[in-house]
Amino acid sequence: MKRVLPHPVLSVTLALLWLLLANRWTLGSLLMALILATLIPLLSAQWWPDRPQVRRPLALVGYILLVVRDVIVASFQVARIILFLPADRIRSAWITVPLDLTQPEAISLLAGTITMTPGTLTADLSSDGRALLVHALHAPDPKAIRDEIKTRYEARLKRIFA
Amino acid sequence: MTPVVEGLIAALLIMGGSFGLIGSFGLLKLRQPMQRLHAPTKATTIGVGAALFASALGLALLGHGIAWQEILVSVFLFLTAPLSALYLAKTHLLRSIDRRELPPSGTGAPWATLAQQGSQVSPSKN
Repeated sequence: MKRVLPHPVLSVTLALLWLLLANRWTLGSLLMALILATLIPLLSAQWWPDRPQVRRPLALVGYILLVVRDVIVASFQVARIILFLPADRIRSAWITVPLDLTQPEAISLLAGTITMTPGTLTADLSSDGRALLVHALHAPDPKAIRDEIKTRYEARLKRIFA
Repeated sequence: MTPVVEGLIAALLIMGGSFGLIGSFGLLKLRQPMQRLHAPTKATTIGVGAALFASALGLALLGHGIAWQEILVSVFLFLTAPLSALYLAKTHLLRSIDRRELPPSGTGAPWATLAQQGSQVSPSKN
């Protein structure tokens, strides 16, 4: 079983995605969904050495809602910076965010969250995978942004992933 | 469709368009490459999001049911936008940044993009 379906959650997600993309509930698209759900995890297995250990799937839903809300709120802040702050008064900064997360999937999610929430952008990961390089568009106080990333997002991800 | 909902859909479309415009204006106004990367990744996300929401709302009220494909587009947007931004940033780090500008990683290891640079650049130096 593990050899045919190395990543069951990925397979279910892919099948569902295909059915939604096809948008026709016929036997043909169901068959195609099953084929894709089997083939893609098998072919990409070498890039997924471990299964991500999601301990609390419900908390993950809550996290996604929190991020969507933050994206909306912070988009207005960035729009204000772009429209009203003179270019020579925008104080951009590089920020190092040390990581407590160790799972690659959790780190990817944190890096993606940082990029999607306006005002900050993940630029790189340290080669040992223990710190993120973040660029902030306007950061009069870089330490506050680092602390916010750690308490608001990383702490939640730590609870979600085992 | 009631006028109220039509007004809401119109407002969402205008909001989406405005954010797209602000993002493009940011590209013009901001001066450093890293700053410029902020404008399109953010403002555009919410711009496209608002347009998709308007579309989903319209379809639902016209009796076409839940617009799954609009939801899928936004999911794919959230999956791909950080990756394209990350790759632009890494290319910029590798090719044109003064590395003394960057803070240390604090773990003793170099930043991943720059750690690989040594092996990639040395042949072309000869």
